[in-house]
Amino acid sequence: MRSNLPPQISRLVLAFSIFIILFLVARHFLSPASFGKYGHYRADVLGEIEKTEIHYAGQKAFYECHQDVQDLKSQDVHAEIHCETCHGPGQKHISSGEAADILKPSGREFCGSCHALNAAKPKGTIAQVDLKKHNIEKNCIECHNPHQPWALLK
Amino acid sequence: MGTVKMSSSRRKFLKTAAMLAGATVGYTWLKSSNFLLYGAEPKDKSLPWYGIGIDIEKCIGCGNCAKACKKENDVPLEPFYFRNWVEQYTVKNDGSVDIVSPNGGIDGFVQRVPDDDIFKSFFVPKMCNHCAKSPCEQVCPVGATFLSPEGLVLIDEKYCIGCRYCVQACPYGCRFIHPVKKVANKCTFCYHRVKKGLDPACMEVCPTGARIYGNLRDPGSNIVKYLKEHTTHVLRPNLNTGSKLYYNALSSEVR
Repeated sequence: MRSNLPPQISRLVLAFSIFIILFLVARHFLSPASFGKYGHYRADVLGEIEKTEIHYAGQKAFYECHQDVQDLKSQDVHAEIHCETCHGPGQKHISSGEAADILKPSGREFCGSCHALNAAKPKGTIAQVDLKKHNIEKNCIECHNPHQPWALLK
Repeated sequence: MGTVKMSSSRRKFLKTAAMLAGATVGYTWLKSSNFLLYGAEPKDKSLPWYGIGIDIEKCIGCGNCAKACKKENDVPLEPFYFRNWVEQYTVKNDGSVDIVSPNGGIDGFVQRVPDDDIFKSFFVPKMCNHCAKSPCEQVCPVGATFLSPEGLVLIDEKYCIGCRYCVQACPYGCRFIHPVKKVANKCTFCYHRVKKGLDPACMEVCPTGARIYGNLRDPGSNIVKYLKEHTTHVLRPNLNTGSKLYYNALSSEVR
């Protein structure tokens, strides 16, 4: 078998084998330990991404303290809307308990982000208001309690 | 003479057959041991396999999903970087389509087409499709983008070299290069929240329930129920990306 190969070919085969072996050895030491555990990636990264801090606390955490708001909301059309939809990320507020650590939005523009008239909004799912015509002098929350919008204050 | 010839050809045949059999056995061994070839199919069937649903009939274009995504994941606030955004489509009576997405919908939408010209109009929230055969994963030269065992396309920021191949490969425009970290960035399906038992931020804040997610392997999950009850479509099915983002009421104008 050996005698069949010309010398330049056998030297080439030798050179290639050495190169491949060196490559495999180098790869063995340079690859992170968890690489290839689940697939062609570093498996440890899953744990690293998992450790990222949360900013939004999730609905359950709020009703533990604000049972009164839950009762108020449950009677009206905003019942299914989570606190953080309007009040923004609440993890900081939950760990500190400070009112300053959570948003208390107000103003026609804010309510308008959901309720302003727009032809693209699906009909019947949401009350739409023409902000240019509907009680232009007033702020929405002067008449509507955002937790119970149809129990009009005035 | 004849017998010698025959025995040499038989030896040749046996040699080739043995080599082929050896190669087949070797290949199967390599594949199953995951030594050189990495299988894309996750083996652990006990983990959830996530699917996402977006109900266009329920979306009111408030932009809360896009806003919450930026706050939860510390995405730069400039209007070029989005993991999640909303587009407003307006089909006019003359057949032309007006598509807008000012600041990804975070500041809300104003309909700029007069009512009389509108044939129909609707909102389309967009995000990573978490494809099962994702083009972005296939082009990554260093194994920094991958499909997690839960079926989520994630990025290893320490491994990413910022070559931008994936940004170009994604047919849905869901990736960008983070201006500070200089590596690719995209929706993680809030992996850090989902693993803690919380909903992804965009699902948490959606006021109308237009966003649905769940385990596609669990017949009782929200997503399976949604898929049963609605006529759903994925974006660009012709590209065979294995998208797991299912839209209800997706109009043919949507690209």
